[in-house]
Amino acid sequence: MEYKLTYQTYNEALKKDKLLGLKCNNCGTITCPPKMTCQECTGTDLEVVELSGKGEIATFTTSFVASLGREGEAPYTIVLVELEEGAWLMGNLIDIDPSKVGMELIGRKVKLGHKVYPGDMYSAGEGVRPLFSFAD
Amino acid sequence: MRRVAIVGTGHTKFMFNSPKSGVELLAEASMDAINGSGLKPKDIQAIYCGNVLSDFAEGQGMIQSYVADDIGCFNVPASRFEGACASATMAVRDAYTWVASGFYDIVLVGGTEKATAMGTPLATRTFAMFSDGRYEYPSGITFPAVFAMLAHLYSKKYNIPLEKLKEILALVSVQSHEYGVKNPNAQFQKEITTEQVLRGFMVSSPLQLLDCCPFSDGAAALVVASEDVAKKLTDKPIYITGVGQASSGKLSAQYKYLPRLRAREVSVKQAYDMSGLKPEDIDVCELHDCFSIASLIAAESLGFAEFGKAGELWEKGETRIGGKIPINVSGGLKSKGHPIGATGASQVYEIVCQLRGELVDQGRQVEGAKVGLVDTLGGDGVIVSLILSAD
Repeated sequence: MEYKLTYQTYNEALKKDKLLGLKCNNCGTITCPPKMTCQECTGTDLEVVELSGKGEIATFTTSFVASLGREGEAPYTIVLVELEEGAWLMGNLIDIDPSKVGMELIGRKVKLGHKVYPGDMYSAGEGVRPLFSFAD
Repeated sequence: MRRVAIVGTGHTKFMFNSPKSGVELLAEASMDAINGSGLKPKDIQAIYCGNVLSDFAEGQGMIQSYVADDIGCFNVPASRFEGACASATMAVRDAYTWVASGFYDIVLVGGTEKATAMGTPLATRTFAMFSDGRYEYPSGITFPAVFAMLAHLYSKKYNIPLEKLKEILALVSVQSHEYGVKNPNAQFQKEITTEQVLRGFMVSSPLQLLDCCPFSDGAAALVVASEDVAKKLTDKPIYITGVGQASSGKLSAQYKYLPRLRAREVSVKQAYDMSGLKPEDIDVCELHDCFSIASLIAAESLGFAEFGKAGELWEKGETRIGGKIPINVSGGLKSKGHPIGATGASQVYEIVCQLRGELVDQGRQVEGAKVGLVDTLGGDGVIVSLILSAD
């Protein structure tokens, strides 16, 4: 069975600040990032849709320790965002001082942008990360 | 299905910068397990080996085959299990299954890791491989960051002010070090204070250095046998009476359920149902405390506390020897150390020692312990649960 929305297609759209997801024609759930099957009902009758890119911060952390080759990025803030469409998406938060963020971030409304991660010797090429900024 | 028992055990010292190779470490633990069972290497019919990162740490793939040869188990089928930190527990569950089914009578199972050889930057990179590499690693996720996000979520969901939660989390680390002092195999044999935990270097907010387990080198091994064979080899067989395993997807795909990990709840239910036991029947538990918050999250899903209430177990001393459910009285991953491919076998080793009553001299025996639970988490996606019983 052919993959409906591949990593490559999803990433190319994200590079244009377009967030793609999969709408399940069986149960209506939005799955994002994409998978072969619906996140909730495992259905495969899925339709590629463009999502709003808007949501609320569900949780966060500021990382002061980074992986090999990414030491220059620290400190940086990672967020899990609950999108308006229900799915959760991991990304980074900008427009803040990462060393000063606290619990008040949870529930803040954010909107999506992107930044290309160039990749390393283990990553099979580049990746694109959602880059969230405050919308409220 | 036949009953299956653990008949022999071996465990190296867990440490930083071991002078020994991954093969040497597991060879030492394995020979102790084989000799302690009154067996010879030729008696071993198969080897199940947990190992995660020897490819990166030592340039050594397929380590299970070299271990088999090293200890004189010539030409036996040897299989490597990779489930991040749960690798060796997966191996034990499979050893159980193959012996229970009657296919083998005597199997060697263990794990080995030499994570500190990588140095912290590469170790941090490789441990991040147990998050989603495509969709989540680009955001700079690390392993502490996963549990750091769960800690903030835990604080929010259960309405526990973060400062209060951090004080509770410090107690978890303090207790682990207190018991680690008594464990000769432990990497850290030094007590720490709440103040030291709260003063530590911030790794990934809100988790500080002493909220985190270390990178470690070490190995542990067990000989697993069918009941009839076990009874001939030892007068203290420790039976595996319940097993469970479950997996889950990337962190964001676990969305609504977080900070609970559904896979743990699925896995431990399998083990409880199979053994016919309940949480209140467990006398001693080794659970996956890779980070202080992980202990609370685990204790709740294993059924020892209501959701959002596990901190009270540590606050009231219920997790200590003499408490309602002694947890990680080995020192846990935090103080004993966490050589990830070996950790599951080490946890089982600890429970076997407890159920055999062998820890009196170390001053950390749970008196009269008859039933123990092992819980191991790999990455954000693999859980294995084992229930062990003295009869």
